[in-house]
Amino acid sequence: MTEIVRIENLHKSFDNLEVLKGIDLTVNSGETVVLLGSSGSGKSTMLRCVNFMEIPTSGKIYLNGDLVGNERSGKMTYRESELCALRSRIGMVFQHFNLFPHMTVIENVMEGQVIVLGRSKSEAREKAMAQLERVGLAEKAEEYPARLSGGQKQRVAIARALAMDPEVMLFDEVTSALDPELVGEVLKSMRQLAEEGMTMLCVTHELGFAYHVANRVLFLNDGAILEEGEPQKILKTPKTDRMREFLEGHSLFKLPD
Amino acid sequence: MEWNFLAVLNDIDLLFLGLVNTLKVTGLALFFGVPLGLVLALSRLSTFKPLSAVAGFIVEFFRTTPPLVQLFWFFFALPILIDVSMTPLIAAVVTFSIQSSAFFAEIFRSGIQSIDKGQWEGAKAIGMTYSQSLSRIILPQAVKRMIPAFMERSIELLKTTTLVSTVAYADLMFQANELAQKTFRPLEVYTIVAVIYLVLIFLCSQFSIWVEHRLAKSGEGTVR
Ligand SMILES: Nc1ncnc2c1ncn2[C@@H]1O[C@H](COP(=O)(O)OP(=O)(O)O)[C@@H](O)[C@H]1O
Ligand SMILES: [Mg+2]
Repeated sequence: MTEIVRIENLHKSFDNLEVLKGIDLTVNSGETVVLLGSSGSGKSTMLRCVNFMEIPTSGKIYLNGDLVGNERSGKMTYRESELCALRSRIGMVFQHFNLFPHMTVIENVMEGQVIVLGRSKSEAREKAMAQLERVGLAEKAEEYPARLSGGQKQRVAIARALAMDPEVMLFDEVTSALDPELVGEVLKSMRQLAEEGMTMLCVTHELGFAYHVANRVLFLNDGAILEEGEPQKILKTPKTDRMREFLEGHSLFKLPD
Repeated sequence: MEWNFLAVLNDIDLLFLGLVNTLKVTGLALFFGVPLGLVLALSRLSTFKPLSAVAGFIVEFFRTTPPLVQLFWFFFALPILIDVSMTPLIAAVVTFSIQSSAFFAEIFRSGIQSIDKGQWEGAKAIGMTYSQSLSRIILPQAVKRMIPAFMERSIELLKTTTLVSTVAYADLMFQANELAQKTFRPLEVYTIVAVIYLVLIFLCSQFSIWVEHRLAKSGEGTVR
């Protein structure tokens, strides 16, 4: 298996608050890794360090085997142009969609392709349509995002990220802002992606998704990975009290026996 | 007292010339002031503290000092400091470009800040640079919200340019003074001038309303 993302001894502090306290993780090609953890444990920060929406305080990130940034006397330095190029290779989907409201759905999906990747408009349009079809929204191409439901918006956001042909996709609680009846359609798109072999790193509270779709589940606690394992094992028989408590807090979801 | 517009209308081309000059100063001040305002706003929003502090000082300075003082300073004082020859037009354009840029800076700044932080994030996540995010994602949304304040400020600028008559620039107000003295008909002259300003400003606000409607129609509103 080839590794896509490798995180080595990742630390991140905001002023005096140490949020990530040394994270190591390798995500292999085609793998779906789910990151669990209670609110404030550092899940978003970790995800955002992978595509450098946040700059790590220390530690190293490799994409496709290449170290991001330059090491100078033990400290990493990054050029903004390098980081922009890196971000274009990593898809990210947010809790609050962050679609561009002044553009139609298809324009949203074309924007990065044209502006960042320099694709021609016709090529971008074709690829955008293909991705919209993939998430089942081809017929909404000419609508503005304001006219879509939350679930549809999130699927457009997924298509927008996919259109960049990312090497890995990051999902940060993408169903948390949705009405319960709209969660399913988004999870379905994600599951389909996973089955098609996309490499995915997902923060989610949907234990059912973790159980059925993930290859590996991590439990993040207070900025460190406390447990890690196959979903069928770790979700049913957690080793630590901390994770057991966390799972009990999610008792709404009943794991299949 | 009886009204007699005839004497004034005979020399109406004097006022017309003044109107053209007024529009010239206003137009040039907008031409330079708007981009300069954007630069000041972005500087002020910068996370690089010294830049932000300097921009903040410039903006506050030109917003708080009287425009007449600024005009006199550029016209009479600056040529003493550095060896430049100031014409009334240059002094007027420099003054009102900088003065209005300070106000436009604040309009840009609040417009940009009114855009949800998630928009920057969405743009950044697909690999856009700062300037791409700004020009493609943030400003198109922010400018839409800025139009009423922008128009109000432009109208304010048009009115403030009457000050240039004090440095003998032949704007509408200056020409009106000339004409009033020439014809001994201040009542008629200043009435006409007031009506001209009224019509100008009315046209500006109609234009602004038209632009707002057009933009509203071309999509969406600004809800997420
Ligand atoms: N930009 C930031 N500045 C300061 N503190 C932050 C910032 N982002 C996150 N934090 C803090 O880091 C901690 C972890 O946040 P986050 O990664 O969002 O957790 P999670 O996603 O697991 O809920 C929280 O205490 C949060 O307040
Ligand atoms: Mg979070």
